[in-house]
Amino acid sequence: MISHWVKRANSTHSAIGLQNYSPLTGKKTKKMRVLGIETSCDETGVALFDSDQGLLGHAVHSQTEIHAEFGGVVPELASRDHVRKVLPLLRGLFHETGIERQTIDGIAYTAGPGLVGALLVGAAVGRSLAWAWKVPAVAVHHMEGHLLAPMLESEPPAFPFVALLVSGGHTQLVHVAGIGCYQLLGESLDDAAGEAFDKTAKLLDLPYPGGPELAKLAESGNPDRYHFPRPMVDRPGLDFSFSGLKTFALNTLQDAKEREGGNLSAQTVADLSRAFEDAVVDTLLIKCRRAVRQTNSKTLVMAGGVSANRRLRRRIGEMMAKEGGAAYYPRPELCTDNGAMIAYAGCQRLLGGTDEPLSFSARPRWPMESLEAVSSETN
Amino acid sequence: MLSLELRGETAQVAFGSKLAECCPAPCVIHLQGDLGAGKTTLVRGFLRGLGYRGNVKSPTYTLLEPYELQACNCYHFDLYRLADPDELEYLGIPDLLDGRAILLVEWPERGGGLLPAADLLIDLRHVGRARRLALMGKTPVGERIIRQMQGFKPSDFVG
Repeated sequence: MISHWVKRANSTHSAIGLQNYSPLTGKKTKKMRVLGIETSCDETGVALFDSDQGLLGHAVHSQTEIHAEFGGVVPELASRDHVRKVLPLLRGLFHETGIERQTIDGIAYTAGPGLVGALLVGAAVGRSLAWAWKVPAVAVHHMEGHLLAPMLESEPPAFPFVALLVSGGHTQLVHVAGIGCYQLLGESLDDAAGEAFDKTAKLLDLPYPGGPELAKLAESGNPDRYHFPRPMVDRPGLDFSFSGLKTFALNTLQDAKEREGGNLSAQTVADLSRAFEDAVVDTLLIKCRRAVRQTNSKTLVMAGGVSANRRLRRRIGEMMAKEGGAAYYPRPELCTDNGAMIAYAGCQRLLGGTDEPLSFSARPRWPMESLEAVSSETN
Repeated sequence: MLSLELRGETAQVAFGSKLAECCPAPCVIHLQGDLGAGKTTLVRGFLRGLGYRGNVKSPTYTLLEPYELQACNCYHFDLYRLADPDELEYLGIPDLLDGRAILLVEWPERGGGLLPAADLLIDLRHVGRARRLALMGKTPVGERIIRQMQGFKPSDFVG
């Protein structure tokens, strides 16, 4: 039933270690152990994060495994059925980590943005557990979770930095001055980069979501056979647009089909994949470079599902080295939706003194810039 | 029934914008067509016609993008990623339906019988680089929209 386990009971965590001492007063701040719950979209994720010990464990539900749990394939079982998944996942998390629930100091749940019905499951479970266990609970912004995910690594980036959040649902450039201090620099005006990957893969008859499959085929593609446009790079600003690229891919492959008598050869599919991937990677790279120069940043953080793309990581790494800076990414399992990033973000907010009433609501739309800053005592 | 051919993104946007002018609230519009047929582009035009100037993001991942506008509340659905019609429950559709709601639904076939029935069905198909649109009225509201749309000339949709 559980797809990912990370156990780091004795890990030392440089970022977290630092966070236990106020940079202003030098006094030791409170230690906190937080349960995180993520149910904003497809994945159900739970995690335990400790401000002294780092990530104690996390679990993300995977679709195939719930089928096994219910005794084989249950086709009518909704993939977003968080209600069924969240409690067994939580039991598994406590069992696998050996953590006693009495040691939990607070609960963090994703309150938005996302699907309202899905969000309400995590919010209701998080709030109810907090009430039953008599600990505080805090509503976490899903995207804040993503852009803080690299803080869970052993060498976390230092503030301030520029973050590229790039996934199936989002393509955003954000300036991060500290926890809760976010400025949206640019975003996709239509399709997200990951969505463009998945849809172009579908046009190439790869199974949906086929983004990762397309990236694999691109490895054997000839980069010189097709050239796709780099949308919006000749315009000033940091916004993206990937919908036109999908249409360009469609037109190019229809022409290729006509030339090749109805069916595309494997090499043509690989060449089209390469041309498409190069166009997306170049576009993201050009905008990232523009963003770090514009904000005088030396640190770029990349998070979200597409940040696992190998060519993108390599190219962004090379670009940041040339700029005299460095790029940071979470490990691949923390690139996609997970509870660990929510537990981390919630922990920082609880340490910062966030105290919320028992009532709760989900926020399907929630501008990240409206978040409150967390005082510098904790970060 | 109204059938026409559009060429290019600007024509698709212009068409969507004119459609919004003819569309009263409440109203449910279903948009059928393959990937890249221009469903989201048409919706962008529709929202422009209602005076919305912001980004119109694809709802493929989020399943629903709501727009609270002066004249109406516009809900843009994309059910492409729906694994089961029962998942519509997560979208809270019954709570959205009131006298001010306009629903624009991409991939309505994935919603099965649980989706609010269409007043107007729009079918979009690739014809080379152009797109052929067929509009079908499913209720008196939908038929009235088509009669109004028939008043436009093809040149009104050049963009």
